[in-house]
Amino acid sequence: MTSHVETLVRTRGSSRVRRARGQWAAWAFLAPVIIYLVAFYAYPLYRNLDLSLRHYTVRSFVQGDAPFSGVDNYKTVFSDPTFGPALLHTMVFTLVSIAFQFAIGLALAVFFTSHFKLSATLRALFLVPWLLPLIVSASTWSWMLNSDSGIVNYALSIFGVDQINWLTSPDWALTSVIIANIWIGIPFNLVILYSGLQGIPNDIYEAAALDGATGWQRFWRVTFPLLRPVSLITLLLGLVYTLKVFDLIWIMTKGGPTDASTTLATWSYRLSFGNLLPEFGPGAAVGNLLIIIALFFGLLYIRRQRRD
Amino acid sequence: MNIRGLGAALAVTACLLTACSSGGDGGDATSSKATEYTIWDPYPQFDDSSDWVKLLTKCGTDAGVTVKRTGYDTTDLTNKALLAAQQGNSPDVLIVDNPVVSTLAEAGVLTTTEDMKIDTTAVSPNLLAAGQQGGKTYGIPIGANTLALYYNKKVLDAAKVDPATIKDWASLTAALTKVKAAGKKGITFSAIGTEEGSFQFLPWFWGSGANLTQLDSAQGVAALTLWTDWLKNGYAPNSVLNNTQTTSWQEFAAGDFAFSENGTWQLANAKKTGFEYGIIPIPSQAGGTAPAPTGGEFVTAPVQSDTGKYPTTQKIVSCLTSADNALTTDTTLSYVAATDAVQQKQVAATPELKVWVEAVKAAKGRTSDDLGTKYPKISQPMWGAFQAALSGSKNPQQAMTDAQAAAGK
Repeated sequence: MTSHVETLVRTRGSSRVRRARGQWAAWAFLAPVIIYLVAFYAYPLYRNLDLSLRHYTVRSFVQGDAPFSGVDNYKTVFSDPTFGPALLHTMVFTLVSIAFQFAIGLALAVFFTSHFKLSATLRALFLVPWLLPLIVSASTWSWMLNSDSGIVNYALSIFGVDQINWLTSPDWALTSVIIANIWIGIPFNLVILYSGLQGIPNDIYEAAALDGATGWQRFWRVTFPLLRPVSLITLLLGLVYTLKVFDLIWIMTKGGPTDASTTLATWSYRLSFGNLLPEFGPGAAVGNLLIIIALFFGLLYIRRQRRD
Repeated sequence: MNIRGLGAALAVTACLLTACSSGGDGGDATSSKATEYTIWDPYPQFDDSSDWVKLLTKCGTDAGVTVKRTGYDTTDLTNKALLAAQQGNSPDVLIVDNPVVSTLAEAGVLTTTEDMKIDTTAVSPNLLAAGQQGGKTYGIPIGANTLALYYNKKVLDAAKVDPATIKDWASLTAALTKVKAAGKKGITFSAIGTEEGSFQFLPWFWGSGANLTQLDSAQGVAALTLWTDWLKNGYAPNSVLNNTQTTSWQEFAAGDFAFSENGTWQLANAKKTGFEYGIIPIPSQAGGTAPAPTGGEFVTAPVQSDTGKYPTTQKIVSCLTSADNALTTDTTLSYVAATDAVQQKQVAATPELKVWVEAVKAAKGRTSDDLGTKYPKISQPMWGAFQAALSGSKNPQQAMTDAQAAAGK
């Protein structure tokens, strides 16, 4: 951005006065972006960091005199009995969700590249989960998975399966929210991978076919390697999206029963807002941990990309 | 963006960066020139044409000022109020859910009724207690609601249960057994892992004689065992673990359930169910009415830098809580009034409110007993305990012991 300013400045006349004026104009053009970045990105991030490093009570939150407490909030969070399960659930939730979303999304994308009647209509239908407001889909899932009157248990009972307490049993709650999240994530993977597939030239497939490659070989030897850059970005975006999934879990199980489906995101919310007495410090600390995890994978991706 | 637009954007940013303090150095203590008073309430369902907003406007006009009113979602209001106080622009009058009063008082956001010269003598002491901490009172209840048991008459008749015989836990469980034997469903309630679940558990917890300072007492464990056994025996559905009070009501409204633990606010919906219903107080373990927690809001006056505004604020608060206006408001909100005199008027007008008035008289604030801001730290482990016991991951004794250990930290 600075180099842009310099060129802008340099092209504007040679006299000092004009140069100075040009510089002002350049800054004026830059100002909206800078103000936007500072007000909506840098400052909130700084505030979140500040919140996590101070000992806040409701009183000191209002008076603004919370004492600096270093990493105390982080220590509190790490030693909390909820931390271990929340971290584990976050990892399981994210990895399992992404694995299935990607696999199913890719299978569907390959399926839809072969043009057949109604393929466009079908593809549009697969986008439905993406178009629905999350509160609608999450509420619908929680209604379908209801222990006593849900349609899923009703359907299973026809086959003689006993009532499964999808949302209210500690053994099933996490599985249930993962299933719902996979369903929501498939369209995203489908769309991006499908457009990635359009970018692979047809001649390569033809050449492979001439060489006698079977369909299976064509997928593993041509499609998969050529789709790698698109796959990587899909996985990374999916990771960041899934890491911070909060609304779906909160609507379906509130992170319960007894932390069985609590992830770092829902825990952070519960600390800060889910109680009559907000604990802003630890809440912000958990939020920052999430940011760091997402940032780590982001950097990993960038390094990977550079090496390629 | 032109220069003026840029300037405005800069001003907004500067404002964001400095937390935009609008508070001055404090004004003249006897009078204020302010003519606009802000009121925040948790009743977003009411618009400008509603009786409630008309009452607010009228109380303002009577005090010689204009009123600017904003309705927030009740779950948002606590944080909104804390943020506003941090930035020095609290509303003049804040109407807020009763367990939040002690949190805001702890934060130093609220004035006491003594400072504001608001008369609270007519208010029932058990209701006022929710707004008291360290011997001071931080607001005045606008009305109250609480929990009782709705029953479906047809289901009870089919099971040959007379609701008048339900006086204690044993007779209630016996009734549930009969209902189940008759092929119907027993009872719905909300045991969700939030404050809402704690609210629903408390009548049973207190009804056993337990005290919030000792979750794992024999009485506390007995209350949890009562709920757990209902689930085990199929008297209550497994979905209670995930039910809000609204979804639990919907289950009851479908017509198969004999009982639903729910609040005053469902009265209007009860008339729409299309079946005959009745209401009995929640029984305590040994018999008699169990103390249920009070719901309902307090009218509070947040601290202002311009203390000259207080006399007018006091007029508005007194107007809102005066006997005549309280009657209108409580009727609109489907609440029970906070004073004896108005309660009697309500019963005279609507005899079916009698059971609710009795329930409110027996009710208890969650933050009462001088618990104040200790309550949230007890409530959270408590909802963890009933979630653990009902989902079968711990037995009631273990669940309550662990909860007490977490609450005592």
